[in-house]
Amino acid sequence: MVEQAAVDPLSRVFSALADPTRRDIVARLSDGDATVTELARPYDVSIQAVSKHLKVLEDAGLVSRRRDAQRRPVHLEAEVFDLMTKWIERYRRQAEERYRRLDAVLQSMPDDIEPLPPSTPHHMKGPTP
Amino acid sequence: MSTNTPGTTSTREATIVVDDKVPAVRIIREFDAPPEKVFRAHTDPELFAQWCGPRSLTTRIDEWDCRTGGSWRYASIEGGEEYAFFGSFHEVRPSEVIVQTFTYVGMPDAVALERLELEDLGNGRTRLVSMSLVDSFEGRDAFVASGMEVGVQEGYQKLDELLATGI
Repeated sequence: MVEQAAVDPLSRVFSALADPTRRDIVARLSDGDATVTELARPYDVSIQAVSKHLKVLEDAGLVSRRRDAQRRPVHLEAEVFDLMTKWIERYRRQAEERYRRLDAVLQSMPDDIEPLPPSTPHHMKGPTP
Repeated sequence: MSTNTPGTTSTREATIVVDDKVPAVRIIREFDAPPEKVFRAHTDPELFAQWCGPRSLTTRIDEWDCRTGGSWRYASIEGGEEYAFFGSFHEVRPSEVIVQTFTYVGMPDAVALERLELEDLGNGRTRLVSMSLVDSFEGRDAFVASGMEVGVQEGYQKLDELLATGI
């Protein structure tokens, strides 16, 4: 992984969520707070390994741990997570809209079309020399 | 490039994969058309202009030489605003692969490397995998935030502010 300190907060969030185990932990925490022990249970990994994942999520601002409580339950900072999800979803939706327009173009094309257009370079409004 | 998989998510709707190893984004989508048609819709400037931008934008193709070593340039026009993009076609392999670069004229130092792959699914269907690799994670995240078209949007700033509050 890249040096965390050199990376902006947004990249840390993306990077944190790119790992499947951490996504799983986040999904688990969306049901409610949980302790490290509880979080480690479904995985075949040590509590230390889960703690490492939590540290990445914490550095990214996605989860917090209450210092005062003895059990130190892990809490999902849902606001950050929701914003991220919305953000990626918006990007996905833009791609999907673009490809729906492509669906329509494909339907309008003849079936026996060549994969490439005639090879004349296309200059509609080339820059004036 | 990445071992990330979109899991069991249906690829009939566009799927996004945000890589954590390299600053890349992949879009996966299936089409009810054979690879030749999907390829032609990417390589024919008149067809490409019909779908590449949102309906609110007009796409004006200024230059288009879709072959290995060729170049392209187009402008997206919305109201009085004009955003121009340009790049080179590095590899054009009919019905299979297009490798090209992508630059927004407003950020000439930032170049995205794009790879489009088409997979023939049979029965007149095609899976498209579009990969965009940029030169930094910051650039990639701005790319996702902007929907590739118009620079950084308010959502980016909002999230930055939220994250800067030191949660």
